Amino acid sequence: MEKYIKGRVWRFSENVDTDQIIPAIYLVTGDRQELAKHAFENVRPDFARDVKEGDIIVAGPNFGSGSSREHAPRALLGAGIKCVVAPSFARIFYRNSINIGLPLVECDVDAADGDVLAIDFEDGKIVNTNTSAGYTFPSLPDFLVDLLDVGLIENTKRKLMRTG
Amino acid sequence: MGMTIAEKILAAHAGKERVSPKEIVDAKIDYVMVNDVTGLPAFEVFEEFGTKPILEKSVLIQDHYVPNKDVASAEQAKSMREFAKRFGIPNHFDVGRGGVCHQIMIEEGFSAPGRLIVGADSHTCSYGALGALSTGIGSSEAASAMATGELWFRVPETQKFVVDGELGKHVMGKDIILHIIGDIGVSGSLYRSMEFYGSAIESLHLSDRITISNMAIEAGAKCGIIPPDDAVFDYLKNRVIGEYSPVYADEDAEYEDTFEYAASEIVPVVATPHLPENVTPASEIDVQIDQAYLGSCTNGRIEDLRAAAAVFKGASKSVHPDVRMIVVPASKSVFEQAMREGLIGIFMDADAYVSGPTCGACLGGYMGVLAEGERCISSTNRNFIGRMGHPNSEVYLANPAVVAASAITGRITDPEDLLEG
Repeated sequence: MEKYIKGRVWRFSENVDTDQIIPAIYLVTGDRQELAKHAFENVRPDFARDVKEGDIIVAGPNFGSGSSREHAPRALLGAGIKCVVAPSFARIFYRNSINIGLPLVECDVDAADGDVLAIDFEDGKIVNTNTSAGYTFPSLPDFLVDLLDVGLIENTKRKLMRTG
Repeated sequence: MGMTIAEKILAAHAGKERVSPKEIVDAKIDYVMVNDVTGLPAFEVFEEFGTKPILEKSVLIQDHYVPNKDVASAEQAKSMREFAKRFGIPNHFDVGRGGVCHQIMIEEGFSAPGRLIVGADSHTCSYGALGALSTGIGSSEAASAMATGELWFRVPETQKFVVDGELGKHVMGKDIILHIIGDIGVSGSLYRSMEFYGSAIESLHLSDRITISNMAIEAGAKCGIIPPDDAVFDYLKNRVIGEYSPVYADEDAEYEDTFEYAASEIVPVVATPHLPENVTPASEIDVQIDQAYLGSCTNGRIEDLRAAAAVFKGASKSVHPDVRMIVVPASKSVFEQAMREGLIGIFMDADAYVSGPTCGACLGGYMGVLAEGERCISSTNRNFIGRMGHPNSEVYLANPAVVAASAITGRITDPEDLLEG
């Protein structure tokens, strides 16, 4: 995983549920690129059109609530999103994101659409380069850092190797 | 210091004497379930492992988009059939043999006190009503759990919810859980385990308890557990697979918070768009509806159909001419029971449309999708933007009796007002 990223902000409010991230009618594939075409379709039709590789989502509390669909973080990865920053996340979305390699940062950041955030994962620091405001966030437990790094698939393969 | 139910179940499955909140543990799971929507991505990930699934722990249930809504969903359902066949997974419930996954996990005896069950569906928390720690996970980790029989868990803090007293007429489990979510909000139990106590909870039949545990996720909870009693043990007789041992909290267990409610203050409510926390008494709002939906893992059981049918019978009235009512029993066995009891006849005589089990309409898939500007009173669990169809449609969540009363009048109605008028 990259230790430092810089990206353009897409700002969302609180309680963004997974039905908003990827509407259920598109849950007929697991393909990231295919899902990305419909990300936020009902609530933010410009997202799928204008999102660029390396963009960052900044949201209010309880991001990713609702359904367990892993299709939600898959759609965001497919769209090129590098990190989601929010004061809190729904737990299944949180697990899914870490498991498939989408970094999440629990932090209440003031940022508007189009601002550029710099995130240093190692030092736990965020700077909004437009406002110069700085923020700190606690690092993940070692177990989750490792999981985010190697991914659940590799992690499972290692476990299977160990247990034979 | 003692442990809560969630702590005890996680400790037992992690092979530890004790665990504490925030600790991350690897625990052995009793069952892992996927449905037709979350199954396909899980099967694709599973291919990476080059191993076989643990047959006795894997449960595959076709329910979201079956009978197939289109070619893509047909392919998805086919992938589950092929996965089941290839590995010889005995617990595969296909069209005509099962129903809504959580109802099947309960009816078929997979869910029991003290068990640790995961499912790639957020409403897996339903089995907390039987004293299990059950929780929703993603597809990749479902694949991992099928391969290894284990999964990582963060031990949750536990909140205690006590509801004491006698519940009023037409007040159901749905009203209790919506009342609580209305109080604590949709992230009020984020990452937490909810434990439910009190004489009002004890007085509920299992179906209403399942509704409560089912919607724990709508408060953000990991699980919603009710200490098991005779209602659970009786239900499990001649049904449960294998042995089980009930788990109860220690007297000195540590709770993060305790919330107390008087049952007498809980009335039939609706959750207005677009969050389950927007809770208002059904008698206090006047909203015209286009559709009334009765079904789902939340309220598609025989007790729910009885409550709705009783309203039609009591009022001797049919569905309002401007409303279409859709009734979807949660499983084949619920459907059969409803036929035996004459409930299907009551619904059809009242001009309701009755279909076989599917999750379809609850998540805006098919079999009851809403057009722009339409409103639905629904016995389901989510009223998010566009949940049942067009982004400018609206879902109002309510108990089955309120759904039936509203279907009759064409406006959101407390059954008490209907029967009086």
